[in-house]
Amino acid sequence: MAKRKAAFYWMTVPALLLFFVFHTFPALQGVFYSFTNWNGFAKTYDLVGFKNYYYLFQDDNVGNAYWFTFKFAIVVTIVINVLSLLIAMGLNASIKARNFFRGVYFLPNILSVLIVGYIFNYLFSNVFTVWGQNLGIESLSTNLLGSQGLAWLGVAFVAIWQGIALNTILYLSGLQTIPTQLYEASGLDGANKWQEFWKITFPLIAPFFTINMVLAMKNALMVFDLIVALTNGGPGRATQSISHLIYTGGFEGGEFAYQSANSVIYFIVIAVISIVQIRYLQRRETDM
Amino acid sequence: MKNRTRTNWLAMVLIALGTVFILFPLYMAVTIALKNQNDMLNSIFGLPTNLRFENFARAIEMTNFFQALRNSAIVTVSTVVLTILTNSLVAYAIARNMNKHKFFKGLYFYFISAMFIPFPIIMLPIVKLTASLGMTNLLGLIILHTVYGLAFNVFIYVGYIRSIPIDLEEAATVDGTGTFGTFVRIIFPLMAPINATVGILICLSTYNDFLLPLVIISKQSQYTLPLVQYVFQGQFNTEFNLAFASYLLAMLPMIIVYLFAQKWIINGVTQGAVK
Repeated sequence: MAKRKAAFYWMTVPALLLFFVFHTFPALQGVFYSFTNWNGFAKTYDLVGFKNYYYLFQDDNVGNAYWFTFKFAIVVTIVINVLSLLIAMGLNASIKARNFFRGVYFLPNILSVLIVGYIFNYLFSNVFTVWGQNLGIESLSTNLLGSQGLAWLGVAFVAIWQGIALNTILYLSGLQTIPTQLYEASGLDGANKWQEFWKITFPLIAPFFTINMVLAMKNALMVFDLIVALTNGGPGRATQSISHLIYTGGFEGGEFAYQSANSVIYFIVIAVISIVQIRYLQRRETDM
Repeated sequence: MKNRTRTNWLAMVLIALGTVFILFPLYMAVTIALKNQNDMLNSIFGLPTNLRFENFARAIEMTNFFQALRNSAIVTVSTVVLTILTNSLVAYAIARNMNKHKFFKGLYFYFISAMFIPFPIIMLPIVKLTASLGMTNLLGLIILHTVYGLAFNVFIYVGYIRSIPIDLEEAATVDGTGTFGTFVRIIFPLMAPINATVGILICLSTYNDFLLPLVIISKQSQYTLPLVQYVFQGQFNTEFNLAFASYLLAMLPMIIVYLFAQKWIINGVTQGAVK
């Protein structure tokens, strides 16, 4: 029996060590550097206490990155969930060639975010502009991604195009768990489609709603590849996300310690949002 | 009573229209990759007048496509195999002991909690660490992908293993099979469905990953496919035909896999998220 227990320990120890060395240790290092003034390449650095954090809260670039990331994440999360649920209901209706359509809608999920971004980058500058000019839509007749005020909508559009894929499939698998007899019963009771949706469909797919909200929000808050491919944070810093700011500032701007502090704040924000979201949405599930 | 098996034409038409929205960018990518500059000037939307496969040949040569493909394939396949073999073993040890020993319970929450840690907080120090360990290469990338997958994989593996009745293993122990032997001969074969799920998720995320190779890989000869697109973006310049040929080539392996294993992939991704 003791031998058996020892074997179990040996199964986990290598993973534990590797995980500590490559995940926990760097994360702790990140926290440590956030209290220094290291630029990332100098031989020496000093401890500076909470100075980096103090400056973070007065830095317009940081405030700007948080503002962009949040408005982007909220809009993307809501639109993705509404559209995905509609598409999933369409796919769940009795239609022909359902598997074919399901395959098409899921396709964007298997593609590289970076390459999808590059393809849309071209479409925004060379294709959508032609439509804008022909249709006389002013905001589209020049490259949307070049507009200080509207570029973030362009980035959100691409994130939605790709993000719908996963959430649609998850909603669809949720819808397929609902027994059709429930709808037959409500049909007899004279419920209309609207009531049917709010009284039967939506409450029964609540767990899928939770997963989809959390996944979509988390992906949107982490946005990086899309920013690189579409705008590189521009114009100016209009579409610079938090992770993009940490990357550019930390590696190219000599702000290693400063951006470490930023990433600590970013971690706290993500953790709090995830926990609040899961708690709140799970309570809703049980209420219904 | 309504007949629910009759085709719902309204839904069908709307769904079909929606696919145009999904497929249009891909249609543009394919046609542009096959056009020459003249076709582009005449009509951006039209089909190419003569298929110009030369774009692909030039893109392959320019970006050294086969080298990048090999790098991506090595990293993806190795990560998938290594992840399935190691992460399942760790999860097995945790799943069978977490109710009896604090160590394993603690380990479980230690790994799981890493799901809440965003990559940027690790990104800056890990670059220094991998550089000092000489891991700025494909092997380093494989190890990091495997280690970073632990958080999520342990979570779904443990959930699955706990649903496997323990009686089977107890019988094997009575027969004198060791713990490791029990895992290899009895548990691992039973884990085929969840291994498929994990394998598919890791395959997709590793093949398409951009940020980790971007900060880890130092030599251009070891660049993966997404990284190559990034590096050549400036050199494609206004030669969009060339750029799109390169994008398509980079996406093609995964699209081909998807065409053949669509049902598996969709199931795998769904299972992974719902668990």
